[in-house]
Amino acid sequence: MKGRIHSLESFGTVDGPGTRFVVFVQGCPMRCAYCHNPDTWPMKGGTMMEPEEIYAQFKRNEGFYKNGGITVTGGEPLMQVDFLIDLFTLAKKDHVHTCIDSSGIAFKPDNAPFIEKLDKLMELTDLVMLDIKHIDPVKHKELTSQPNDGILAFAEYLDKKHVDMWIRHVVVPGITDDDEYLFKLGYFIGHLSNLKALDVLPYHTMGKVKYEKLGIPYKLEGVPAMDKDKVIEKKQVILNGIRKRREELA
Amino acid sequence: MRPEWNSFVGGKWENEVNVRDFIQKNYHPYDGDESFLADATQDTKDLWQMVLDLQKKEREAGGVLDMDTKVVSTITSHAPGYLDKSKEKIVGFQTDKPFKRSLQPYGGIRMAEKACADNGYEVDPEISEFFSTHRKTHNAGCFDAYNAEMRACRSAHIITGLPDAYGRGRIIGDYRRVALYGIDFLIEDKQAQKDSTGRVMTDDVIRLREELSEQMVALKMMKEMAASYGCDISKPATNVKEAIQATYFGYLCAVKEQNGAAMSLGRTSTFLDCYAERDLANGTFTEEEIQEFVDHFIMKLRCIKFARTPEYNQIFAGDPVWVTESLGGVGVDGRPLVTKMSFRYLHTLTNLGPSPEPNLTVLWSTRLPENWKKYCAKMSIQTSSIQYENDDLMRVTHGDDYGIACCVSSMVIGKEMQFFGARANVAKCLLYALNGGVDEVTKKQVGPKYRPVTGDVLDYDDVMDKFIDMLEWQADVYVNTLNIIHYMHDKYCYERAEMALHDRDVKRYFATGVAGLSIVADSLSAIKYAKVEVIRDEDGIIVDFKTTGDFPKYGNDDDRVDSIAQEIVHKFMTAIRRHHTYRNGVPTTSILTITSNVTYGKATGNTPDGRKKGQPFAPGANPMHGRDTHGAVASLASVSKLPFKDAQDGISNTFTIIPGALGKEDQVFAGDIELDLNK
Repeated sequence: MKGRIHSLESFGTVDGPGTRFVVFVQGCPMRCAYCHNPDTWPMKGGTMMEPEEIYAQFKRNEGFYKNGGITVTGGEPLMQVDFLIDLFTLAKKDHVHTCIDSSGIAFKPDNAPFIEKLDKLMELTDLVMLDIKHIDPVKHKELTSQPNDGILAFAEYLDKKHVDMWIRHVVVPGITDDDEYLFKLGYFIGHLSNLKALDVLPYHTMGKVKYEKLGIPYKLEGVPAMDKDKVIEKKQVILNGIRKRREELA
Repeated sequence: MRPEWNSFVGGKWENEVNVRDFIQKNYHPYDGDESFLADATQDTKDLWQMVLDLQKKEREAGGVLDMDTKVVSTITSHAPGYLDKSKEKIVGFQTDKPFKRSLQPYGGIRMAEKACADNGYEVDPEISEFFSTHRKTHNAGCFDAYNAEMRACRSAHIITGLPDAYGRGRIIGDYRRVALYGIDFLIEDKQAQKDSTGRVMTDDVIRLREELSEQMVALKMMKEMAASYGCDISKPATNVKEAIQATYFGYLCAVKEQNGAAMSLGRTSTFLDCYAERDLANGTFTEEEIQEFVDHFIMKLRCIKFARTPEYNQIFAGDPVWVTESLGGVGVDGRPLVTKMSFRYLHTLTNLGPSPEPNLTVLWSTRLPENWKKYCAKMSIQTSSIQYENDDLMRVTHGDDYGIACCVSSMVIGKEMQFFGARANVAKCLLYALNGGVDEVTKKQVGPKYRPVTGDVLDYDDVMDKFIDMLEWQADVYVNTLNIIHYMHDKYCYERAEMALHDRDVKRYFATGVAGLSIVADSLSAIKYAKVEVIRDEDGIIVDFKTTGDFPKYGNDDDRVDSIAQEIVHKFMTAIRRHHTYRNGVPTTSILTITSNVTYGKATGNTPDGRKKGQPFAPGANPMHGRDTHGAVASLASVSKLPFKDAQDGISNTFTIIPGALGKEDQVFAGDIELDLNK
């Protein structure tokens, strides 16, 4: 099945292990205040592309990706599960490392046909990078316009499926840098047995210019970029939460 | 075995000049990490502070602190110079004091005068008179022999940056020989070479004999110069300090006599490590002491300066020396050539801080030790001061004892050299093809009066035909101009110090270069895949273009246009190969205008790809700015399709990326991505 593609990036270095071929899909239901790809929000637009066509582009330069692989990000990849299944089927035939960078928002635990497809996709997926925007349901809604219960359920689902997981969290000054919530986030992910890495990212303002171009008001106007050194401290808070949970479970 | 070589593994190198054999038998590959490295000593810090102060003063003085206007620089022309004699472990400056630029008129007296005048100095009138009346220079020789067409091409910048008024550089002496053998052995060897020349006195034999004599004079002067610093280099070095000092003296002699466009050092680190390992084993020196020698050596290399004009600095974006040192790489037997000394060289970037000089160049192979790769990456992130080149590609041609001159020119140390040839502006050549040899800027008939393009819409086959014809003409005038240049350079500005540290029979590469490759590729792609209408001025000369529709652009891994770029390189090289080259030099081409792309752009009119008159070219083999829209791998893939066999002097791609885009933060990049709960 064709995918609705925003763009392809041939040199991804921050979207999973190694150097990666990155597919940006078009369309996302989230409206995260700090999203740096607002141009991928609309469910329409983009270019319809065959999985074979995309995979052929990867293959041309596969030598660059020996320690990496393919990452699909967006947009929200899980809005296009059929396309992902086709693309990853091609990749897994060649033992290429596959990764999905998702917010988990599309996860619907009660939707049986969706879960069936998702089960299939997870068999073809080596790594999911799950971006948890906020551990608190109310704050999550404020920040992203969507609830977070499905997202947390997705993390549990991945754990049951034994899919490797990186948890990502963007630290925004005054919004997602509260130690109490960071600890809670750590406490939650602490019980996930397939958690492989914690990627704590400092908020930056480089996305702002895109909002200006698109004529979308920038909700975080005036919020400064996050101090990189502080992010290392914040990561420790999350790690403390993980430790606490693991001690309890031990 | 000689006493200085005690405990080294012997071999062929004992009886013949063969540094590679010595290295192969004696080096200790190192696959550990950087934790053994020592900090800067107090003396190092004090000396470096003095250099920083001098640099500051030099900037405040407008870029030049002091110039010699009276003494013509030779190996022995100047008394010793020091920063602080009591603290310097490695000594030697180009003149009698640091930051004083030497006077080197053999390349051209007018250039020397102008370099002084532009910086507020005046060359001693007696010297000006001498080099105008009694002693001809390289520059004067070139202009005696140039024909009208060559002069016109030079003025119109269709061939450009030619080393006809400045030193050609790009020749790397095997400075290690001074340390390993000592000067006396090298003189004996040169005498034997001279005695073994042919007995029939042809031009070639006469020239060779004269050159060998000059080389021996240079070697004797090296000894004398070293003695003035209290060092005896007549015998082999006995320890790593002496070996570094001797190697540096060899290099210093070269820069005392040649203000070359690139004065590179070679591949010295693993050679010197053989001495360091021996000294560590014997307890002669500690790690801290050895690092101090290296720091002081590198500090000296950072102080190499030349007298240059603002125009020169414009072509080369600053006044680079290109003290390129090649590090690492893998031997033909599969053992990496990385040693502790490779680490020590890079460590100077920590001990002395980042610096563009010396141009530390890592010869990269997939088979380098993982710890070395990590250390290189870490130092790149911290200092942005490391250049990388593909050893796996070059080893095939050059083996495992080659070095890089300037930025990409590879040559086997002491066995191969290059005649530097600047470059041909192929973008301008395309415009000449359209206009029948008329220059689009000056409107003068510079090229041959071939039939110009008629019609209003450009036809690919027609343009390609005309372009190839014009390219052949360009190659013709270009190679012949270079033949004159190198003839005269050998005659009037011979590199006796560097050549004294070469074998007798060297392989000479006859280097040429192209500028504007991506413009030509995109222009021809536009003509082929979009509609390009020409706009003529009142004289009927095509001066602008109207392009309708989109076209594939070089830099996106798109074979439709990448194949055009490949074809141009191949056609250009084929045209170059057809010609006689001076001293039977082996023709090569480079695609590497890293800095001069701005200047070349200024001299070139509108091009069919949409680039406007005066706008800079892309550097080297880079895609044009902003036209590579599919990310770095696609961009690199386009560049990597260019045929190395047709551009053996190097293909460069300038790649800039913000550190954050390469891995967010150095903590993550250094391998901390895995969740570590034990911290």
